[in-house]
Parts: sequence; structure tokens; C-alpha cells
Amino acid sequence: MARADQTSPVGKANRSSSPTTEGLHGPHFVTGPQGAEETKNAPQSQLQTPPQRDVQLRTENLCKNYSKGKHVVPVLRGVNLEVQRGEFLAIIGQSGSGKSTLLHLLGTLDAPTEGAIYLDDERIDHLSSGSRNRLRNQSFGMVFQFYHLLPELTTIENVLMPLMIGNNVGDFFFHRRKYQQRATDLLETVGLGHRLHHRPKELSGGEMQRAAIARALAGNPRILLADEPTGNLDQETGREIMRLLVNLNKQENLTIIMVTHDLSVANSADRVVRLVSGQLELA
Amino acid sequence: MYKLLLSLRYLRSRYIALASIISVMLGVATMIVVNSVMAGFSFEMKNRIHGILSDVVFESHSLEGFYDPQARMREIEEIAGEHIAGMTPIVCVPAMLSFEYGGRNVTRPVQIIGIDEDTKDSAGDYSKYLLHPQNREKFSFALKDGGYDIYDHQGVESTPPRDELKETGWPLRRKKAEWLRRWEEEDARFKALHEPRVHEDMEEHPLMDAEAHAAIEDPFKNSEPETPVFDMAKDQRPGIVLGFALASYRAPDGRDRFLVRPGEDVQLTFPTAGTPPRAVDGLFTVVDLYESKMNEYDSNFVFVPIRRLQELRGMIDPQTGVGYATAIQLKLKDPSKGDEVRDMLRSSKRFPEGLYGIYTWKDKQGPLLQAVAVETAMLNVLLFLIIAVAGFGILATFFMIVVEKTRDIGILKALGASSSGVMGIFLSYGLSLGIVGSGVGMAIGLLMVAYLNPIADVLAWVMGQEVFDPTIYYFHKIPAIVDPWTVTWIVIGAMLIAVLASILPAIRAACLHPVEAFRYE
Ligand SMILES: Nc1ncnc2c1ncn2[C@@H]1O[C@H](COP(=O)(O)OP(=O)(O)OP(=O)(O)O)[C@@H](O)[C@H]1O
Ligand SMILES: [Mg+2]
Repeated sequence: MARADQTSPVGKANRSSSPTTEGLHGPHFVTGPQGAEETKNAPQSQLQTPPQRDVQLRTENLCKNYSKGKHVVPVLRGVNLEVQRGEFLAIIGQSGSGKSTLLHLLGTLDAPTEGAIYLDDERIDHLSSGSRNRLRNQSFGMVFQFYHLLPELTTIENVLMPLMIGNNVGDFFFHRRKYQQRATDLLETVGLGHRLHHRPKELSGGEMQRAAIARALAGNPRILLADEPTGNLDQETGREIMRLLVNLNKQENLTIIMVTHDLSVANSADRVVRLVSGQLELA
Repeated sequence: MYKLLLSLRYLRSRYIALASIISVMLGVATMIVVNSVMAGFSFEMKNRIHGILSDVVFESHSLEGFYDPQARMREIEEIAGEHIAGMTPIVCVPAMLSFEYGGRNVTRPVQIIGIDEDTKDSAGDYSKYLLHPQNREKFSFALKDGGYDIYDHQGVESTPPRDELKETGWPLRRKKAEWLRRWEEEDARFKALHEPRVHEDMEEHPLMDAEAHAAIEDPFKNSEPETPVFDMAKDQRPGIVLGFALASYRAPDGRDRFLVRPGEDVQLTFPTAGTPPRAVDGLFTVVDLYESKMNEYDSNFVFVPIRRLQELRGMIDPQTGVGYATAIQLKLKDPSKGDEVRDMLRSSKRFPEGLYGIYTWKDKQGPLLQAVAVETAMLNVLLFLIIAVAGFGILATFFMIVVEKTRDIGILKALGASSSGVMGIFLSYGLSLGIVGSGVGMAIGLLMVAYLNPIADVLAWVMGQEVFDPTIYYFHKIPAIVDPWTVTWIVIGAMLIAVLASILPAIRAACLHPVEAFRYE
């Protein structure tokens, strides 16, 4: 049950490239797409993953309706999904198919109309708001299409934000050296070591998305939820971001659930599923 | 932690919010200035009124007064002796003051206060408002040989000197007498042309003095041969102390011009104590001026020796030689015990209510002090309303900022911030705005109080009109007292308003649904 990367912060492992990191390190992650292809063969046979594998996140008949007065708009109509620990899952679908809605439900930002979500066999969708806050702070990392960095803060402060939220003033102050080091390491991992004290508006789109990824990793999450992380970037930059995500997935064994409408982007993932009329099907 | 960081960052980057607290700032500054000035005014006023009126007054309702004030004082001593520090009898009577200025008679309604020069100071501040340093030391009704203060001894350095008070007292009196004598000599010389026989006498006694000459004119003088001859240059009439504003006026340039000066004679006309009252008059020599800087008193009071006033008004019992007085002034060991002593005297049953009135100085000046208090309260309400209006400004600005920050609020929640945490950001933002606004306001307010008079001068120069007209207020500068408690309350109140105004927007921010927040794209 231990979190995959609990002992070593992502940044440190990558930056020092110490010999402790095992076989994943090396040519394997450079040729990310190839690796994805390999693994894709296995689950293609069925949507549900083989039972012997380690299921980290699971949904049961997840439904979400939006109601405008009497008018009820069903967006999700029974989504059943299982995600393995360390898996890179891509969800594709048309605009308006409910991809973002699903991701928000998984990240406990919204409550489902019906159904349940389990994280490590623990039901999380009807927890108290305090527990859900803690979950979002510590178990999930989120990345958005429009980066959503806080414009008043510098890059490093943005990355520190989850840590500031998760700790009270005293604790944060007491550990601030450690946390600052961690944020710096993370930013170096994503290639922003030279941009620590810049404001978001001084960064390019790709740099902002890297910073957002660093922020999502700051809380040492179990799962990274990414909503169209390349949606606002040009192709080359998008590919760089994807390489970064694949790296993280392979090297740190980080579970990633990514939403996109771009099939070429989705191909970097281990497994691709499609959201059609409120239900998941194989891509 | 993030609350603090974000609210500080918002404070630094949202200048519009800073603009919204300028009104808080100005409100705080004006409240501090107004309260300080009002406090200064009422403090000065109370001080002076208190000093002039003494702590407790025991008075008769009639102008005839009561017999034997010494016996009354002994009774008062018996009843409330442990509280009393000093007592003095006085006679108060309305009168008409007239004197010659510029060759014409000037007449003023006044209140004569007959005082006992030995005990007057034991019952209140009296002599400290006089112009002659010796009189301030130990008061007496004897005319001084010059040396009256040219500089306002209670005022500030900038007070213009009163050059007209140079060479007053005996020197002035001698000069006047000399002029009078020369006029009479001159007149006599020409009168002699019409009466050759007197002319011969005049030639025999060319240095006949003025008084002797008057005696010739006034046949009644001869019937009282014992009366010593009055020589203006050497003799003074009974002393009188005039209120400063009676004796002078303030010219537009801020200088005091004198109508009558120490050494000159004035005439008082007042009713006698008998029934029906008759008007009597008496001549007095001005020996000093009384400058309490309370216009009401300075333009109303004249002080004369009580004995002389009693004589003139027939207030001395012919058989016993014991006088009457209209009031007794009491000074207490502890001035705050005024009400207690008043009630002790009232409830002692020895002084029937219909015959005597017993009041503290506050009772006497109640309406005035109350008016100042009410005025201060009204101004405070109005100014606080200004700050409240500023609060609505903050409210509106904050709503705007919350709307603008909708996305950021969504992110914070997605990162695990709780609703109360998000609320805390905006509350501490409001608080920090309040702290900045009231802090800067306090600084401005205190600076304005410190430089009140130069500021008033600049305003006067800009507007071409005196802001604080010393001819009206009789203070040379605007008095101001900064009460730390008042300032504390104002600052706390302003901060509270800023926080209150940020509560609604903060609640709105807290209730924002994170998914809704993202849908703004
Ligand atoms: N609050 C709401 N009230 C009503 N309908 C809503 C609400 N939120 C979302 N919807 C609807 O739910 C559907 C799914 O929205 P969602 O944002 O999840 O789509 P999406 O797949 O992420 O689209 P895109 O690729 O454009 O991001 C849309 O048709 C949208 O109109
Ligand atoms: Mg979407």
C-alpha cells in the first residue's frame, strides 16, 4: 500500500541520477512511445484489467447529471474504470463528451450523481469535505489545459503552494528549507531551474505547463490527473510535455490519468480509452 | 501561510483596492484631528471655567445677598470641612462700565465681582490670569509702577507683543495727570481774562495746583475740609481689574489694541442692595487686566475690592459693621468630589433651598460643556459614517476582486485549500487593507494634529480667510490633545469596518464551486 515514490522526491531521483534508480532509467524512457506500444497490447483485449494487477483507482457505475431546472442533462452514464498503480491512462473523446467532468469526479472536485470511486479500495467520493481537501492536497496532483498558475506568485511560490496549503504556518516555516529545496528540485526536473523567481506572465506556455506539473507533484501525489495538458501548446512543445509525463510515469512509477482529444498525444500513454455518450469504450 | 502570502500579494498588486481604502484613511485622519481639537477645546475650556468658577459655589438668589459670609463659611466648614481647601466670599452684581476712549465715553455692560484680595486665590485660579507678574505672585489692588507683561505670558512665542502696555500703571497715570493739569492751567489762563480779580490772585499764586483750582469751582468741596485733596498723579482710586476683552480689541493684524490701560480711571454704575434699588456709581483705577482667554469671561468680568463694593451698595450693616455677600466660592482638596460636597451641603438642611443655590462648576457651565460633548459626538457619528461608506466601497471592490479571482480560487481548492482557508485569504486581505488604511490614516491624522497651526495658516493663506480666527476664539493657537484611547478606538473601528466589509465577498469566495470556477475559460 505504500506510495510508489514516498521515499524519494521525484526531483532528487532524477537530478542526481543516482544508481539507486533501477532499470527504468536509461533508453527506456527516451523511447516513451515504444514502451507504450508494448504495454498497450496487453489490455487491448478487455477494458477491465486482469485481476492479478494492482488496481489503484476504480470507479463503479459512475453517473453525472447536470440539471437545469426540470431539464436533466446526463453527461456520464455509468463509467466503470480501473487504473493500475503506475499506469499511464489516456481518455479521449469529443469536445463536450464529459472528459473534464470525469476527471473532476476522480479528483473529488465534484460529487457524482450515482456510483462510487475507490482509491486503494477506499471509497472517496462521499468523504467529508475536509478529507477530500486533504486527498486533493496529498493524493492527487492536477494539471490543466490553461496551466492555472497563480499570477501573483513566482514560479517557486506556485510550486510551494500545495505544501503551504497542506501545512500550517508553523510547520511550513519550520520545514521551509526542505520544502524550498524540494520545489527547486522539482522545477529542475521539469527543466525550469533557471526560472524560479519569474512570474507566470514572464513564462512561455510550455514553461507554464512545466511549472504546473511541478506544482502538481509538490504534494507527492499518488495519481496525476491531467486535463488536456498539451491542448494549448504547439506540437513540438506538446511533445516535450508528453515526454516529461512519460518520463515521470516510467521513472517514478507515477500513475497518470490524462484527458485529451488528440489521438497522437494519447498514443504516448500505456492505454487509451474513449468516452462516448457517457460511457467508456476501448480506443 | 498561503492565506497570508496571497493576501499580501493581492495588497501589493491590486491598487484599486488601495484606492478604496483612501476613504478609510481620510476618515481615520479626520476623526483623529477632530477628536483631538475637540478634546483640546473642551480641556482648555473646562480648565479655565473650572479655575474661574471654583469647584463649588454657594450663592444667594438675590442681589442683596446674605448677611455675614464669615459665619456661613464657618457652617460650611462644619459640614464639609474635610473636603474643603479654601473659601472666599464674593459679591456679584451686574453693572455698567464706562470710560473715556478717544475723547468719547465708552459704555459696556459688565458683571462686577467684589473679591477679597487675601482669600480669593484660595478658592480658584484667579491671579494666574493677570498681566502683572507681581500680581500673579501675590495679588493686590494697588496700582503697579509699570512692568505689565508685554508678551502674553500664557501664549505662544508667536503672539505679537502688546507695545501699548509699555509704561502703563503709575507712569501712565502721571502722564495723564500732567496733561490734565496743563489743560486746566491753560483754561484758567483764559478764564482769567474775564475775571480780573481772580487774575490778580493767579498772578500771586502762579503754581496753584489743579485740585485747589477745582475746589474753587466746586463750592461743596469747601464744606468738607477733612477730605484729603485727591492728586491724580499721586493717588489712586479703589483698584479694579478689567476683563481683557473689555479693555482691548483685537485688530485684524492679530495685535491687541487697548481702549483703557492700567493707570486710567473708569466708572461703574450699579444697583444698590436696598429696595427699591437705586443706581450708584463709583470711580475706580484700573490696576490690572484679567485674561482667562475665555471670551465670555474676559468680556464680562470686572473685579473690585469686596469691601468697597459693599460700602457703595449699602451692604454693610450700619450697627455691626458686618457685610453681606452674594456668594461663597469653595475650593476642594479633591476637585472630583464636587458633586459629593454639593449634596452634603444641600442635604444638611441648614441652607434652605429657596434661599440659596449650591452648584458645582459643572452645574453652572453644564449647557456649554454639554454642547461641546454633543458636538463631538455628532461629528464622530458623521465621520464614522464616512468610514462606513468607505466600507461599502471596500465591499464593492472586494466583490470585483473575488469575481476576478474566481479561477484562482478554483485552483486553490483543487490544490486542497478548504473553504474556510479561501475565506481566510479575503478576510486577512480585508484586515491588511484596514491595517494599512487606518495605519496611514493614523499617521496622517497625528501629523496633522502636530502641525495643526501651520496647516491652519496655509489654509488661511489659500482661502484668504482665517480658519481659526483668534479674535473670536481668544486662543492664539488651536488647542489639541491626542487621547491615545480615542485613537486606538478609531483605528480598531476602521479595521473592523474593513474586515466586516470583506466578510460577504469572502463568504462568496468560500462558497465558490471549484468546477464552476474552471468553467470560466
Ligand atoms: N454546470 C453545468 N450545467 C449544465 N451542463 C454542464 C455543466 N457543466 C458541464 N456541463 C455539460 O457537460 C458536458 C461535458 O462537459 P465537459 O467539460 O466535461 O466536456 P469535455 O469533454 O471536457 O469537453 P472539452 O473537450 O471541450 O473540454 C458538456 O456538454 C457541458 O455542456
Ligand atoms: Mg474539458
